[in-house]
Amino acid sequence: MNPFSPNPDGASSAVVRLHDVHKSFGSLKVLQGVGFEVDRGQVTAIIGRSGSGKSTALRCIDRLERIDSGEIVVCGHRVDAPDIDLKALRLDVGIVFQSYNLFPHLTIEQNITLAPRSAKGLSKAEARAIALDVLAKVGLSDKATYYPEQLSGGQQQRVAIARSLAMQPKVMLFDEVTSALDPELTGEVLRVIEDLAAGGMTMVMVTHEMAFARKVADQIVFMHKGKVWERGGPEILSEPQTAELRQFVASDL
Amino acid sequence: MLQTAFNANHLLFLLQGAMWTLVLSLIAFIGGGLAAFLVALARVSPSRTVRTATGLWVQLVQGSPLLVIMFLAYFGLPTLGIKVSALLAAGASLTVYVSAYLGEIWRAAIQAVPRPQWEAAECLALSKAQRMFKVVLPQAIRLATPPTVGFMVQIVKNTSLASVVGFVELARSGQIINNSIFEPFIVYLVIAAIYFAICYPLSVWSRRLEDRRAGPSRAAATSPSSHEPLLSQS
Repeated sequence: MNPFSPNPDGASSAVVRLHDVHKSFGSLKVLQGVGFEVDRGQVTAIIGRSGSGKSTALRCIDRLERIDSGEIVVCGHRVDAPDIDLKALRLDVGIVFQSYNLFPHLTIEQNITLAPRSAKGLSKAEARAIALDVLAKVGLSDKATYYPEQLSGGQQQRVAIARSLAMQPKVMLFDEVTSALDPELTGEVLRVIEDLAAGGMTMVMVTHEMAFARKVADQIVFMHKGKVWERGGPEILSEPQTAELRQFVASDL
Repeated sequence: MLQTAFNANHLLFLLQGAMWTLVLSLIAFIGGGLAAFLVALARVSPSRTVRTATGLWVQLVQGSPLLVIMFLAYFGLPTLGIKVSALLAAGASLTVYVSAYLGEIWRAAIQAVPRPQWEAAECLALSKAQRMFKVVLPQAIRLATPPTVGFMVQIVKNTSLASVVGFVELARSGQIINNSIFEPFIVYLVIAAIYFAICYPLSVWSRRLEDRRAGPSRAAATSPSSHEPLLSQS
């Protein structure tokens, strides 16, 4: 692991750090003092019931939502700062959504090369080489010329992951990426994520796949009522300290 | 057999008028299209002031008859010392008219592109302009094409109002002929036929585009082959 800290002003070497984050939508308090850290190369799974604030927390990391108070630092970027360089943040952070969000008017290859070419200014040939490389990683080398709607949901989600990887992010965020998929398609997407984890990618994922979280995650963050209710290694799923997590784990079976 | 003074020369005169109808339509479509593009962009602008101002413009234009706009341009502007020809007055009025209606059609198309598409583009570090021009507009254009072609029919028909400011397009040519031969039924029937000949192909085209949009995008998910016509387009 690279010992270089991307966050020279902070004491911790975390790639992602949330501290006392508060966020409301109108009168609804979604996040009420959320804090956790993700180290380089670590896989963190955020779990919890619907409405616990886990997706909002994830979206705040990529500044898709602005927080009301608290502190978020991602790869050295102060995400809560009003003058944040959003482009620099997005170059370092990749995110994959539940609904894939591929661009329907572009081929798979164009979907992947768009950002490297437009945002990073790579040449057509360079971007193409990257696209073929990431498509191979997700096992879809033969689909480069297809359009998104010609692919299955699982394949589209793998393309979405490839599209993010093509930007060579330092952190990958996954927002319930298998929730819209049939169980049989879920497996192929999870395998891709597992490969990424094995490759040392720093990842934060919101997931309902408890077995997967247990297997792949280095850290589990259990959120409840807008707070981090319990946090620790995967063993907390076997030995929950709180009644809420115990109940949540039990309800998964 | 009906006795008529309508002859080939009259028909030629009408066809000449029809040519001016096409010219005026083209001016309206190009000028109005450019203005409509700006209106559409302004209507989805992040600035509230810009949105409200263009919204007001749209309401104002949509709330006034094209006829009155033409009168304003042709008879009103000269009183302010601005001399305009009939063609300029008609062209400018139609441009104003088209900017409001087509602008709203295109605004709706831009807003019909799902929000997550913007978000996905944003998260890939694309700039605001890149998000708009590389991700959203290409999808909006697809959505907007059938109603836009349909609206062209409205433009063609509305150019007939330019006759009131003395511009000799198809309808005005008919009036002139009728004033000399007094056979309104024959004359206006021929005029109607010529308008129809211009508008019908546009209507058919619009309907085809509409069908194509509704058809393959549903079917393509299951059978890639039915997707062919859409692909060959790009």
